[in-house]
Order: sequence, then C-alpha cells, then structure tokens
Amino acid sequence: MLKQTEGSKAVAEAIALCRPEVICAYPISPQTHIVEALGEIVKSGELTPCEFINVESEFAAMSVAIGASAAGARSYTATASQGLLFMAEAVYNASGLGLPIVMTVANRAIGAPINIWNDHSDSLSQRDSGWMQLFAETNQEAVDLHIQAFRLAEELSMPIMVCMDGFILTHAFERVDIPEQAQVDAYLPPFEPRQVLDPAAPVSIGAMVGPEAFMEVRYLAHAKQMQAIERIPQLAAEFKEIFGRDSGGLLRSYCTEGADTIIIAMGSVLGTIKDTVDEMRAEGHKIGVLGIISYRPFPLEQVKAALINCRRFVVLEKSLAVGMGGIVATDVRMAVTGTGLKGYTAIAGLGGRPITKASLHKLFREAEAETLPPVTFLDLDWIAVDKQLAREKHTRRSGPVAENILHDKGIVSAKFG
Amino acid sequence: MFQIRVHGRGGQGVVTAAEMLSVAAFEEGRHAQAFPSFGSERTGAPVVAFCRISDKEIRLREPIMEPDAIIIQDPTLLHQIDVFAGLKPDGYVLLNSHHSIEALGLAELVHGRQAERFCTLPATELGLKHIGRPIPNVPLLAGFAALSGIIHLESVILAINERFSGKIAAGNIAAATEAYEQVQQQMKELANAKAD
Amino acid sequence: MGFQPVKFYQTGTYTVGNRLLSDAERSVQAGESRSNSINSGHRACQGCGEALGARYAIDAAMAGSNNQLIAVNATGCLEVFSTPYPESSWQVPWIHSLFGNAPAVATGVAAAMKVKGKTNVRIVAQGGDGSTTDIGFGCLSGMFERNDDVLYICYDNEAYMNTGVQRSSATPPAARTATTMPVGSEPGNAFGQGKNLPEIAMAHGIPYVATATVADLRDLEYKVRRAMNIRGARYIHLSVPCPLGWGTASNDTIRIARLAKECGMFPVFEAEYGEVISVSKIRHPVPVEDYLKPQKRFAHLFGKTPHPETVARIQAIADRNIRKYRLLEEGEN
Repeated sequence: MLKQTEGSKAVAEAIALCRPEVICAYPISPQTHIVEALGEIVKSGELTPCEFINVESEFAAMSVAIGASAAGARSYTATASQGLLFMAEAVYNASGLGLPIVMTVANRAIGAPINIWNDHSDSLSQRDSGWMQLFAETNQEAVDLHIQAFRLAEELSMPIMVCMDGFILTHAFERVDIPEQAQVDAYLPPFEPRQVLDPAAPVSIGAMVGPEAFMEVRYLAHAKQMQAIERIPQLAAEFKEIFGRDSGGLLRSYCTEGADTIIIAMGSVLGTIKDTVDEMRAEGHKIGVLGIISYRPFPLEQVKAALINCRRFVVLEKSLAVGMGGIVATDVRMAVTGTGLKGYTAIAGLGGRPITKASLHKLFREAEAETLPPVTFLDLDWIAVDKQLAREKHTRRSGPVAENILHDKGIVSAKFG
Repeated sequence: MFQIRVHGRGGQGVVTAAEMLSVAAFEEGRHAQAFPSFGSERTGAPVVAFCRISDKEIRLREPIMEPDAIIIQDPTLLHQIDVFAGLKPDGYVLLNSHHSIEALGLAELVHGRQAERFCTLPATELGLKHIGRPIPNVPLLAGFAALSGIIHLESVILAINERFSGKIAAGNIAAATEAYEQVQQQMKELANAKAD
Repeated sequence: MGFQPVKFYQTGTYTVGNRLLSDAERSVQAGESRSNSINSGHRACQGCGEALGARYAIDAAMAGSNNQLIAVNATGCLEVFSTPYPESSWQVPWIHSLFGNAPAVATGVAAAMKVKGKTNVRIVAQGGDGSTTDIGFGCLSGMFERNDDVLYICYDNEAYMNTGVQRSSATPPAARTATTMPVGSEPGNAFGQGKNLPEIAMAHGIPYVATATVADLRDLEYKVRRAMNIRGARYIHLSVPCPLGWGTASNDTIRIARLAKECGMFPVFEAEYGEVISVSKIRHPVPVEDYLKPQKRFAHLFGKTPHPETVARIQAIADRNIRKYRLLEEGEN
C-alpha cells in the first residue's frame, strides 16, 4: 500500500512482513523508531509468533540474535554507531558461525566527539566482519532491501546489514509502497537453517578450530560473498517480478552514457547528487552517477565495467580512513586497477555536515577540470582548522580539540541546516 | 518544488507539523518529503523541521536553506535565531502571534515584498480554545494552506484524521477551520490595504 | 607427603554413586539411564573440578528435562577442553559464541524454543567465574532481570585458569595468581575486593539461586533437578577446585572442595526469590588454615615468613559467613 510515512516506520512494517521470530532491541539514536514500532507491532499481537526482547546492550542484542538464529529462528536486530561498535565482537561471531541474521544499521557517526548525526563510519568500521552490507538510497529501497536481505542471508547462511542513513532516511516522511503480506510470503520462504541446535540431532556449534581448518572456514565465508555477487542481481530481478519495481542489485548507473566524469556514492546522498547532475547535464556537462548498493560483497568487476568508458571519477563518501583517506575509494581504485582512469576522493558529510547541491556543483566542476587534489574534504572550515593548529603550536596545554572548535564557532542553535 | 521551513520549540509539535504537511500533500497525490533538523533537542529548545512538496519524485536531501515559506510557531525565536534566513523574494511567512506583523516590528522584512504573503495567526490561542492545549502546529498548518494555497484545507483535515482520532481529531479540525478562515480574512484585509 | 586416611561411604551424600541403592534412590550419575552428556576423552587436567561438576550438572539437567536440553557455553576451560573437533565431548546440542555473552545467547535459544512452541526443550548456560562474574556479568544480569527461562551454572575456580591463572573478581583475598603475586607488603590478592555472585543473583529476585560444591555431588544433582522444575531465570554457583591454579594435588579436588565448605569460606545454600530457604550445615568445623594450607596459592601465608594476621583476616571472613548463613546452628533444615 502506498503511504506517506516515516522511514523507520516503513522499515518496521517491512520487517514485520518478513515474519521474524526473534527481535532484539536496544535503543540508540537514530535507530529507535524502528524498534519502537516493531515493539508495538509484536505487543499488539499483529506479528505472531514473535519474541521481542528488550536487552541490556547492543552486545546482548547481537548475542541473543546469535542464540536465536542458531536455534533456527529468523532473527533481527537494529543498531547504529557506538552500538555497532559495542556489539562488534558478536558481529564477527555471527558471521563466523554463518548465522543469517538481518540487522538494520541506521548509519551514524562514531565518537568521540559524540555526534548523533549521519555518516557511514559505523557500517564501514565493520567492513571486514564477514557481514554483507547493502546501502539504501531511499526509504522505499530500505523497505525492499530488508525483504531481499532475509532471502539472501538465509540462502547463503550469512548475515546482512541493511544500511540506511540515520535521520536523513530514518526520520524522513516520504511516500513508500509497503508490500502486501502475500507478496512477501511468495518471495521469502520460511527459514530452513543449515545448522540448528536440536535435541533430536545434537551438534556442537562454535568449537575450537585450529590452524588445520581455520583458513578453509574463512575462505568459505569469502566464497559465499562471491556467490552473493551472482545472487544479488538475480534476487533483485525476482523481486521486480513480484513487487513490480527495481530495487536492490549490486549497483545502479544514472546518466553514465557518454559521461566523462562519474560520481560514485552510497546511500541517500545519491539523490542530491542526481539532482546536481541533472542540472549539469542540462548545461551540457558530460557527467553521470554510479550508486553502489552492495558494499560487501564489493562488485569489483561490475564497478570496473560501469566506469570503463569514463575519463575520471569522484568517490564521494561519508567516511574517512584516518591517516589514509577514503574507504570506499580504496575499493573503487582496486576495481579500476590498470585502466588508467583518474580517480578523486571527496570526504563529505561527516557527522551530519549537510551535503548541498551548491557544494557539489563546485566539486564536480573542479573534478571535470581535473584541478581537484586526490583527497578533498568537502566544505571543511579551514579557518577553524588553522586556528586550532595555531593554538596547538602556540601553547602546550591547548585543551580539548572539539571544545576549542565549538568555542570558535559560537552558538550553534542560532543557525540551522 | 515548494519548500517550507518550520521553526518552533521542542514540545510544540514542529516535527509533527512538517510531517502532517507532507501527508496533506501526499493526499493530494503529490510527492512530499518531511524531515526534522536532526537534533537531540529537549523541550523548549529551538527546533527546525522541513517539508518539500513537488509533482515529481523528490531526491534532494539537503536542508532547506532558501525556503518558499516559513512557519514560525514561537515568536520569541525572532530574537534568538535568524528564522527568515534565505527566504525567497516571493516567499510566504506565517507567524504564531496575536499581534500584527507591523506590531512585531517586522515591517522592514516585508519591505519590497508582497505584504499579503506575511500573516500572523493567534495559533496558541486557537489550540487552547479548541483542543485545550497550547499546541499551535495544526492551526498554523491550516493557516498556511490559506496563505499559500499550496494545499487544501480538506487535505489538512485528512492529515489530522490520519494522526489523531475522536475528540482530539475533532478539536484539531475545528481549530484548523477557524485558523483557515482567519488567515483568509487577514489576507483580504492586507490586499485591500495594498489596493488603497 | 603423609598418608591421607580414606573412608569409604556406601550411602549418603559423601558417596559419589550410591550403586548399592535401588535404582530409584540412586544418583543420576549412578543410574542406568545416565545420558553421558559430556563424554570421556576430553582434555581437562587430572582432577579437574569443573569437568566433574559439569558432567554431574549437565547429566542431571538432562534427566530433569527428559533429555530435551540445549547447552550454551562461554569461552573458558570447559569450552576449550571439551571441543577440539572432531573430538567434541558434547552429546547434547551445544553452542559456544563468546567469552562474555553466554547468558544472552541462551536467552536467544530460549526465545527461539518459545516461538517454535518447543517449551519442553530446556536451556542451560554455563561458564567459569571469569565469564560469569566479570566479562559476562552485564549479560548475566540482563538475563536475570528479564527472568528468561535459562538455568545458568557458574563453575567457580576462582581465577582465569584457561589463560594461565590470572585474578578474577571471584579470586579470594591473599590468593596468589599470575596477576596477584605473593610479593610486596600485602602479598597475593587484595582484601576488600571481589563480588558475591550468588547474592547478586538473589538481589535480582529470580526464582532460584543455589550454591554447591563438587564435594557433595548428590546435593548438586538435587539442586540442578530442582532448578529444572522451575521456569524463569535460575542460577547455580558451583565451587570447582582447580589443581593447576590452586596448587593442589589432583586427587585432592573433592577434599579441598569439602574443606571450602566446612571452614565456612564457601557457604552452601538455596534461595528462592531472593530469600535463603535452606543451608547445608557445617558437619565437621575446621579452621580456615586447614583449607588454605594444602593450596600452594596460599603457601606464602605459611612458609618461612608466615602471615598469621592474614590468615586471621580470612578466618574473619569465614566467621562472618558462618554467622550470616547460620552454618553451625542446630535445629534448622
């Protein structure tokens, strides 16, 4: 049913349509509205049988999901930011055990300094955790990716994070087509675990594994993600047959035909980028967009194929590998090894810094002119940075960095945006 | 695309106002996108919410820096925040106050603009009268419908019925209707004054 | 080394098997239908109290659940010595996830059983004192306060034995560990630290809390079976001497466990909903010195430069336990 609703609420309804049997909830902004809505759906008896468990931490949330999934229940949780870090040990454990848990990550920056706003640092910190990571561009896609995620996760017996931009998507009211139960049931069969704790056929799960077998176990996790590269487009195609819309897949090109410059990004910022590109195209610029939906597995071949005919690309990412530069950019550069393409990295939107069309226009034009440095920090306030650097040079006890910057910037509540 | 910025304080239903506005637009078959200014603001703190309305899919995710309309739920914000920042030359302003724009010392703001697009509405009083609570958001939405013509009163009422039920819905509808009429009346007066 | 007088008990709580009794009166372990949940051939040290305790506890839990049991294990000695594949000792469905999350994993398994309508399948979670009192404490407290349908068994050997005998919050005062060496002015573990997990468990108001030692295995079986007859969160804290970590002879495990109880250092009791309902009285009172002396981890209190004042402080702890739990008083229980 088409409705105007909040992203979090839409996702909660989509999760409920997937008939999860165990939901673990620990609140963290901006994930809260998702688990609140699910809590109400379960408590009202709309979703049954389902156990909704209010746990004491994210570490427990993932651990309860591990136990439930190992016992054969379709298991779901959601988190963000510090919560994802707090459960990190269990995140790796879930994928190591091959448990098909689906988790929403309402993407948010990682502190310190504490910051509740959106960027992709949280999911990307778990890049190598063995979880698949799918990034939604819109709330409709967030809804659709969750349904596809359960199918893919359970097919491969590997966990998936569905990543949606915190606040920008989770708290946005927009139109979303919530599928019918019959559609979801037709797409997503009941969970048939590959391994299950069952007194009728006892197995040990999670035994000590020595050097004689560990590498094979690890390789097989990699092999499953390689399988996913094949399955993700197929599952998106099947999804289209039943639900009637394009959603998911590995990546999505926009206006890339004849483009000399291609902008690569993940998540909701693709919308602003597309609007900018439309305006530039209207002015005759040969520019296009490549949205990456599947960050893990990373579709190296497909990214290469999508970029091969351009001259240069900009990876605009809401994440930063401190001491190195871009995180997504590293993967994209890996994909185009040997092609001679010029690549630029733009770090943007950290901690919720708005990414505006005006700034993108400027950035993309500089990229076209090839005057960009290899790594750009979009809309960085150099005055504030230089002031702090001067302060540190001048005095040993220069004080806490974040508080100094805040002091320099003045009262924030007088501004908005 | 028509872009609206709502200013108010935590507890005044600022985010709800933007969301209901998007629902009203959706009810008219249009695309709409509402989103808050994403703070962890407590009751009483300045809050901003945004709403975009368009006939096409809305992809833009930046905050609204050049609004077509500004709704101000709390006049005390005038001394604290540049609520009018970026207002388009032909933009609309609806302010929650029982004083006129002139009495609030905002004549300069209107200078060179279309005066009938600047209205005030005693929305808190309307909220108290019809709902028993000093929540100005719904009357302001209806007032905004009258002021801008971007959405119909009927759509605001649909949005009210989607969010509330029973007595509260009825009270909100009564408040909305009166607000709509008051703003229409005020616009007529302003247009007449201009004609004189 | 002097001779140790050996007494043979044919029936009663001091015996292990009670094979002379009728089948109905026998212990689970001596019964013909013993499930042998943890098979022989595992890699525990000689005289391991934990291996003994776990075998009795899990077999009793199996008997108490009509063999419908799933076991969850924290990282630790028990997990390591029982599982190297393909030599898993576990004859019950068993999962190990992490060091600090066994109670939460068990919650998840219990929730799965509930949604699947298999409430006849019961869940036991287990770990050592490190995973229970330290790293998994948050998850344990969460499982308790939600009153999840899990029996948690803590095998308390009073230090991190798996990693080489480092101090835990269950290590007793003055004890030598690899991180509380018997050097300096206050040798061994500090006084005034550590936590009392059974009492913390009781403070959650859960339906059942009990302590036991591997010296009284019939008592352990009884408590496990009693716990299996209750729904909700249950906790059993079992004292399991560790020959390696405590510096005791591997054939002394039972004797040391008995001395721990008889000197008052390890009170044995049961509680329901936060109230103590029974205590195992001390039968043959002994001074703490008798308990401490055979353990090398306390050797620095006795040798050439003895610390009688430290022993007195430990005795004071035991005396407090004896008063608090009425371990010597006649007429009750």
